[in-house]
Amino acid sequence: MSELTRLSAAELAEKIAGGQVSAVEVAAAHLDRIASVDAAVHAFLHVDTEGALAAATAVDARRAAGDELGPLAGVPLAMKDVVVTVGLPTTAGSKSLEGWRPPYDATITRRIKDAGMVMLGKTNMDEFAMGSSTENSAYGPTHNPWDLARIPGGSSGGSSAAVAAFEAPLSIGTDTGGSIRQPAAVTGIVGFKPTYGAVSRYGLIAFSSSLDQAGPFGRTVLDAGLLYDVLHGHDPCDSTSIPQARFAAAAAARQGATGDLAGIRVGVVRELGGEGYQAGVLSSFEAAVQTLRALGADVIEVSCPHFQYALAAYYLIAPSECSSNLARFDGVRYGLRVGDDGNNSLEDVMSLTREAGFGPEVKRRIIIGTYALSSGYYEAYYGQAQKVRTLIARDFAAAFEKVDVLVSPTSPFVAFGIGERIDDPMAMYLNDLCTLPASLAGTPAISVPSGLADGLPVGLQIMASTLADELCFRVAGAFEAAVAATPAGPVLASIPELTP
Amino acid sequence: MRETAGAAGPTPSVDSALVPDATETPRRIGRDDVAHLARLARLAVTDAELDLFAGQLDVILGAVARVGEVAAADIPPTTHAVPLANVFRPDRVVASLPRRAVLAGAPSVEDAKFRVPRILSEEA
Repeated sequence: MSELTRLSAAELAEKIAGGQVSAVEVAAAHLDRIASVDAAVHAFLHVDTEGALAAATAVDARRAAGDELGPLAGVPLAMKDVVVTVGLPTTAGSKSLEGWRPPYDATITRRIKDAGMVMLGKTNMDEFAMGSSTENSAYGPTHNPWDLARIPGGSSGGSSAAVAAFEAPLSIGTDTGGSIRQPAAVTGIVGFKPTYGAVSRYGLIAFSSSLDQAGPFGRTVLDAGLLYDVLHGHDPCDSTSIPQARFAAAAAARQGATGDLAGIRVGVVRELGGEGYQAGVLSSFEAAVQTLRALGADVIEVSCPHFQYALAAYYLIAPSECSSNLARFDGVRYGLRVGDDGNNSLEDVMSLTREAGFGPEVKRRIIIGTYALSSGYYEAYYGQAQKVRTLIARDFAAAFEKVDVLVSPTSPFVAFGIGERIDDPMAMYLNDLCTLPASLAGTPAISVPSGLADGLPVGLQIMASTLADELCFRVAGAFEAAVAATPAGPVLASIPELTP
Repeated sequence: MRETAGAAGPTPSVDSALVPDATETPRRIGRDDVAHLARLARLAVTDAELDLFAGQLDVILGAVARVGEVAAADIPPTTHAVPLANVFRPDRVVASLPRRAVLAGAPSVEDAKFRVPRILSEEA
């Protein structure tokens, strides 16, 4: 039974479609795996055993009735707790929403349900998606399956760890400054951030509205592509969603896996590397670039001079937008309410509620955002940051005149120890150095495992131009096949067993 | 900040923050500023938090002020990778969420309405 948890989503879908195994057996195998390892990993905040088995039963019944089912019908999935799911506790990793059950489903929740997927539960995350380590969760950190004393990345650390620990073949995260790509890199799996607007934000608890994007995690590029094909598409409920979002990601992944990148021009971004990056990360990246050359790609170096301002721009824009988005958590209509004793005014109750409900990183970012948007400072800070964003987008556009994709390490660091960076916000922010530019420009980017450094996974980031999401999957698919063909095999083959 | 929180002590000088310079490290934000911002943001921060945050935020603001180094006078801002304009949908009346469902998550309900503490007449 436990072999089912080792299979990819594509393999599981095939077995279920072919009648070799039932969706209920697959769901039960994953629920068993969760019961076995999640006390140590803490990927999940809520496991929906009843709901998962009911969804699986429904898929089996429809198949028995001869209904046509989608390509991922019956395949289990874990959902980041920032996405609303009707009737299931949804916390966004915060005490301010402890116990809250949404009255509606997010569009992406609807899409995975309509696809016949089996949602196992909601995963842990940095509070309101703010963080790079999942240590900012109000419910305790998630532990990296490669080394339980280390962080799984963030903010989608629970979703990433769940897939790396074989608790689910697929999961959904959100990426605002790197919160899918960086966890994928440090847990040795695949994670993808779409072109901004390709996946609906309706039902995502908003952190930074001009940056947030939901996206897939999988253990293979094909799996991530299959899930992306379910998730993306225009949504009339999200006025920022784009009509042009019609991609065939799984097909691109399959095309890539044939291993030919002849004619593809690859740019190594000069500014995303060098001093401060861990030596093991850099050598894994060098090897990855060689692999791309061996696959037939033309590799050159490109310079994107404004990328050095990406961190400064992001840590103005995101806090500004979050200070506005989090104003709704005031104890009035939902969530925590503190201090309502008949003596405190509404404003005092709001202040006491928010003080009690938010963790320190959330408070810091709200305060920075309040400052950056305040009268007299708006132009110098938020306004200026949005202009720097234009210059970063122009750097990408200029680069994409010369190359088809850009590459970099996904993060300067491998997974660090829990507690190591939590007291130094700037040290934590450095995790996002490589992922921030594509976030700001809204361009698609994928992280794919490139190897190990001192036994810990390293990710290669592949970035493409706006709407070239398929190209990310194609190049990543080719790279993944080349890595799998090496003597060490796929990176995940080296992951330690979590159970004796 | 153009107004202090009224606490004892000198007003921190943050005018230099309007001309960000990464090589200088003037104190951009002090305890009083944090207290003022927290009040604006409806956060009842503790004294310990004020001390902690003032130091941390001063470092962060020093780093993000780097955006001021970029010459961007004629550059338009960007908020979307695929700029959209006039995004509309047909104005069709559909059912709203049932009131029961909306009130189910409320901290306090009375008469099928959200019950909230009263707003006092004086507000800082």
